[in-house]
Amino acid sequence: MSVRRLDAVQPKTFRFNADNLKWARAQLKKYPKDRKASAVIPLLWRAQEQNAGWTSEPAIRYIADFLDMAYIRVYEVATFYTMFNLSPVGEHHVQLCGTTPCWLRGADDLKAVCRKHIGEQGHVTGDGKLSWVEVECLGACVNAPMVQINKDYFEDLDAEGFDKLLDDLRAGRKVKPGPQTDRQASAPLGGALTLTGDAPVTAKPAKATAKPAGKAAAPKAVAGEGKKPGGLKAARGGKADNLRLISGVGPKIEGLLNELGVFHFDQISKWTADNAAWVDGYLKFKGRIGREDWISQARTLAAGGETEFSKRSGKRGG
Amino acid sequence: MLSDNDRIFTNLYGIESPGLRAAKRRGAWDGTKKFMQNGEDWIINQVKESGLRGRGGAGFPTGLKWSFMPKKSDGRPSYLVVNADESEPGTCKDRDILRHDPHLLVEGCLIAAFAMRAPVCYVYVRGEFIREREALQKAVDEAYDAGLIGKNNKHGWDFDLYVHHGAGAYICGEETAMLESLEGKKGQPRLKPPFPANVGLYGAPTTVNNVESIAVVPTILRRGANWFSALGRPNNTGTKLFCISGHVNTPCNVEEEMGIPFRDLIEKHAGGVRGGWNNLMAVIPGGSSVPCLPADTCKDMPMDFDTLRDLKSGLGTAAVIVMDKSTDIVRAIARLAYFYKHESCGQCTPCREGTGWMWRVLDRMARGEAEKREIDMLLDVSYQIEGHTICALGDAAAWPVQGLIRHFRHEIERRIDEYAANPKPDEAMVAAE
Repeated sequence: MSVRRLDAVQPKTFRFNADNLKWARAQLKKYPKDRKASAVIPLLWRAQEQNAGWTSEPAIRYIADFLDMAYIRVYEVATFYTMFNLSPVGEHHVQLCGTTPCWLRGADDLKAVCRKHIGEQGHVTGDGKLSWVEVECLGACVNAPMVQINKDYFEDLDAEGFDKLLDDLRAGRKVKPGPQTDRQASAPLGGALTLTGDAPVTAKPAKATAKPAGKAAAPKAVAGEGKKPGGLKAARGGKADNLRLISGVGPKIEGLLNELGVFHFDQISKWTADNAAWVDGYLKFKGRIGREDWISQARTLAAGGETEFSKRSGKRGG
Repeated sequence: MLSDNDRIFTNLYGIESPGLRAAKRRGAWDGTKKFMQNGEDWIINQVKESGLRGRGGAGFPTGLKWSFMPKKSDGRPSYLVVNADESEPGTCKDRDILRHDPHLLVEGCLIAAFAMRAPVCYVYVRGEFIREREALQKAVDEAYDAGLIGKNNKHGWDFDLYVHHGAGAYICGEETAMLESLEGKKGQPRLKPPFPANVGLYGAPTTVNNVESIAVVPTILRRGANWFSALGRPNNTGTKLFCISGHVNTPCNVEEEMGIPFRDLIEKHAGGVRGGWNNLMAVIPGGSSVPCLPADTCKDMPMDFDTLRDLKSGLGTAAVIVMDKSTDIVRAIARLAYFYKHESCGQCTPCREGTGWMWRVLDRMARGEAEKREIDMLLDVSYQIEGHTICALGDAAAWPVQGLIRHFRHEIERRIDEYAANPKPDEAMVAAE
């Protein structure tokens, strides 16, 4: 529970614009005729969106009249639910998750970035661009630490990247929502270890299997497109490169590559387009090798250089 | 490891499109009409036989819950409400269903609502999930346009599905608070009885189910209750979405067989504990509400409802929060105490007053600024909260604190000793100059 009060400075009036009015009337059809109050949260939310991101007192009255509710009932809702901002916010309003899962992975560092860029919570920058507030768990814990900015989640942040993100927003540059690392949604960094392409289509009721097989069988070498690249019997000098430094290669893929006799960056860097296509087909990757550009990543790594990804993944050869 | 062939959420990571065509190719909406022709009781029996237990945290048998709904209407309509107010710290599984596999949910809603004779379903999505809400709405619109749901649909039973949303209140994940919120009020839980199956939304019979519980049903019917119940252990059957967060090398969501050993889950899917197994300190195995377990208890435990209950913790939502030895465990739990203080609805005194009190004491204990007798006082207060509130938020606030004291009392005492020996180190240094 926290004390939440309306802002001291309020606009004179609020009315839905034509589009929102039409939208609001359509919302009422979702609920029984005598239960219009059910629409109060969606309508207040739309009003907040129209009102530059905060809920004003005239908007509360307007929604109450619209839904035939007592003013106090809508006031009660607006002050109970914390997503209703009762004071003006910046054009980009940052909600920073500070609950334990994000805290364990560095939410405090992100808070420091907010303080540096914006100031204390609730403060709006002079240019009206930014404001921030610490909120409770936003439900993206495997992509911690993260923030929500207006409608979008920005995940897997670190202080440096977040600093740049706020700069970009302030300058009006385009930003990319979602994970800020090379990650597919909630899959592990380095590529999914499950659902890797031999996923089933369970259209027909399958026979009950007593127990699933312990491990999905390694994909058979199918005659696909392209040409199989040459492989080694074993890693040179018994020491393989850490292929997981290539963005897109996880432990499972690394194992499959090793089975093909691929142990070193320079082997991958010498693949032809045909070789890449064959491996892509073999791994049932649907073109991922090309999209993630393994060959030039491998070239950089073979020459002893670092890629963006390998820098983040820590020590080479580890 | 569970075979990909036995996974229900085949687009968990959103590699393919969530749209209707791709969903159908993955198996959704196949045989739906046939299941409905088999009748309401057949569906409920299949769900009962599958052993499915609710995926929202409490683990109540889903089929049994459905059977509480009236078979004949007394004039009131029945409702299905789907709980997509996913807010339990550590939990982010329903989010992936909403944004990547929404058609499994829409199809599940139709089947579940049919089985419970509820012609209207509301899906209550947490307010912050704006993109997820848009994704679900898109799937619902596609289903209406394709005549899969709505009036005069292909399945021969009129059914309406509406997407509703909240605005940032953890408590609305409690089923009766959700109904209050859906009625346009602040989300304060109702006294039970009467239970929602008798008096729920708008005073009519209502069942509230978690997103995952509903979304797995179509696949269970397609593959047979035997398939689902053959996975896992008796009374803990099927597959489960696990969310692995905290100090692991590669945090992720993954669908696994119920009862997978903790070590396998972390090793195979999350790249192991940061710094190796010897660096593991504690685990919260089922979302913030369940008590934490110390490293030596949990390494080989099977992840299911009954095992974790016997260890005085719980599977909850299967949100596994891993903490390595660098963690300030007292502060980690104090932060959870702050969460419950923030999210208490204020209706019951033990929770309204107790959550804030526990947070303030823990905050001092994290600095060592406390006395040892206060540890037992804190424990005592936690028992005054637990079981004395209308809903389970009071219990949920008390359990993490009890878990901390049960397993890490020595850590709190160490800090108190350290602080007592040298209460204000900065001032002492100044004096010494």
